[in-house]
Amino acid sequence: MIQGVPLQHILLLTTLLFFIGVYGFFTRKNLFTMLMSVELMLNAVAINFVVFNAYLFPENLQGHFFTIFIVSIAAAEAAVAIAIIVNVYRNIRTVNAERINEMKH
Amino acid sequence: MENWSYIIWILIIPFLSFLFAALPGTKLKSSVSGLVGIASILSVAILSYITAYSYFFVSGKTDGVFQKIIAFNYVWVRFSEILQIDIGGLLDPISVMMLVVISTISLMVHIYSWSYMHGETGFARYYAFLSLFTFSMLGLVLATNIFQMYIFWELVGVSSFLLIGFYYEKPSAIAASKKAFIVTRFADFGFLLGILLLAYYTNTFDFITLTDTNGALITSPVAATFMGASVLTWAMGLIFIGGAGKSAMFPLHIWLPDAMEGPTPVSALIHAATMVVAGVYLVARMFPVYLMVAPDALEIVAYTGGFTALFAAVIACTQHDIKRILAFSTMSQIGYMMLALGVSGYGGEKGLGYMASMFHLFTHAMFKALLFLGAGSVIHAVHSNLIGDMGNLKKYMPITHITFLIACLAIAGIPPFAGFFSKDEILVAAFEHDKLLFSIAFFVAGLTAFYMFRLYFRVFWGKKQAYHHAPHESPLIMILPLILLAAASCLTGFIPFGKFVSSDGKELLVHTHWNIALPAIGFALTGIFTAMAFYRKETNASKDITNALGAVYKWAYKKFYLDEVYLFVTKNIIFNGISKSIAWFDKNIIDASMDGMALVTNYFSDKIKGAQSGSVQQYTWWYMVGSIGIAVFVLYFLMIR
Repeated sequence: MIQGVPLQHILLLTTLLFFIGVYGFFTRKNLFTMLMSVELMLNAVAINFVVFNAYLFPENLQGHFFTIFIVSIAAAEAAVAIAIIVNVYRNIRTVNAERINEMKH
Repeated sequence: MENWSYIIWILIIPFLSFLFAALPGTKLKSSVSGLVGIASILSVAILSYITAYSYFFVSGKTDGVFQKIIAFNYVWVRFSEILQIDIGGLLDPISVMMLVVISTISLMVHIYSWSYMHGETGFARYYAFLSLFTFSMLGLVLATNIFQMYIFWELVGVSSFLLIGFYYEKPSAIAASKKAFIVTRFADFGFLLGILLLAYYTNTFDFITLTDTNGALITSPVAATFMGASVLTWAMGLIFIGGAGKSAMFPLHIWLPDAMEGPTPVSALIHAATMVVAGVYLVARMFPVYLMVAPDALEIVAYTGGFTALFAAVIACTQHDIKRILAFSTMSQIGYMMLALGVSGYGGEKGLGYMASMFHLFTHAMFKALLFLGAGSVIHAVHSNLIGDMGNLKKYMPITHITFLIACLAIAGIPPFAGFFSKDEILVAAFEHDKLLFSIAFFVAGLTAFYMFRLYFRVFWGKKQAYHHAPHESPLIMILPLILLAAASCLTGFIPFGKFVSSDGKELLVHTHWNIALPAIGFALTGIFTAMAFYRKETNASKDITNALGAVYKWAYKKFYLDEVYLFVTKNIIFNGISKSIAWFDKNIIDASMDGMALVTNYFSDKIKGAQSGSVQQYTWWYMVGSIGIAVFVLYFLMIR
């Protein structure tokens, strides 16, 4: 609960954050920036959890736990994703998502 | 009681020899394959002689009757408690006799081929096929049940196909091998139906059970009838169709003359001495059933045999290819064997025809193999099959000449050569049964003498032929089988055959019936002297007669246009009439509907394959659109309502 800040404002912030991530994911061609966009989306969701928990059910802690869980999963996911990207680069010498299209029809 | 389990080696050895020659392909030196083939058939021959000796002279008889002995037996397929297919070895007088015939002729042909086929490409392949054939034929005669016989029956068919088509670069050889295979296969379809019909009503395939004269089939035959004849008559008739196909009986004979495209020793082995008598052997195997429950079918056998004997002999008088003359002569002689079976009864003197048929099979194998091998020797020397290209060869090839003459005398039925004795028994059997068949057989005996000596005089006497290079006698390794077979043709007639082979296993005393033999000899001599007058020196007499006969001669020369009839039926009626419409239906209805379905699928997949672009962002885009769509759906339709 943050004094003087209504829930709607924070939800607006997380929505903006989420769609910035979506936009970045669709427009960027570099795998690293796409990964960063994914992280943005993930964080928007994490904030949502915390905020809903604090504003609506202050006596419970599940939202906080979920957030911690998401952060730790995100760390692992980032490590795996970067490892994949590095290997993709080693194999086909590019991190441009448009040129990684071996799996098309 | 003797241990007969070694009989199985008679089958295993040629099969191993086949594998040995066939599997390494061209890696092995071809002479090695040939030697292994000869060695294996030699050991098979020795085993067969041992078997024959111990069966006929030591332990085959119990109380003066030759027993049917199961040498070995394995269950192969068990359909039910009572119906099963075995693979085994059955020893009885005719199978042991056939073992001797097959291994002897096969050994002769193996040795002869060593020189005849020398230097041919595919020498190893040739010996492999010969071994395969020997294996299949031995399996056929040893079969304990009709289904095992059918299996080996098809195996001999396929080895015959392979050997006829041995010169596979020659289109005529390919056509001949296909013709032989298709015609016999067509006949075997009847055989299979007959087997199934018989097994359906008797619940067994086993020969001993089927032919037991006190058994269920013969004492209480099935009463069911179909189209006015009993089902057993139908079954036996259908089985005979299989036999007629293999034995080149009219009207399924058309493949045999063409089968002469194969190498000559193959014709001697398969298309003269062994495989083509498989049909006779089959009828002899099932003989008690034919006689006692399907006498109508046996009548068909007799008349088919008689007609074929006459028909083929007439054609043989007009042909110009040495091997084809011999092929028609084979058909004619097999017709004799069928006729003899058809007129036979069961037991004692009545079974004379049965014994005569087997006797003729035995002697015919010897002299016909000799004729073919002699013809091979002649062809080897003059490099032509046409008797017009031969003449006066007695000067160049004395041993071939003498052995060929012996074989001709044997087939013409001149005593003391082998053919006389067996033919005499056949004539006697026919005389006692049916005067029409007797007169056919009697007439054919004279005709046989005529066309064989026409061949003999045209080849070995006749006009002086201007050869490019003088023909010379064949090498010793080819002459040796000729001499051995000539000795057999002289001597086998004196075997008291009835002592060993008879319809009921008991001894049958045979003696020459001079009242029938003397006219037959006289008639045969007439044939010989007619041939001599026409063909010994080059005269115009034969040409005059040919011209006088005109259309009739041409009709016979063209084999009574039966090939053309078959061609018309298959090509114009079956191919153009039936097959073409079926093919049209297949192509335009069945195929087209399947193709249409495939085309529609193809079209749509072509249209939507762009969706699989391989671009991750595009996929995510669709994913997001989808999830928003689902969210809207859930919110709007499920939560608001």
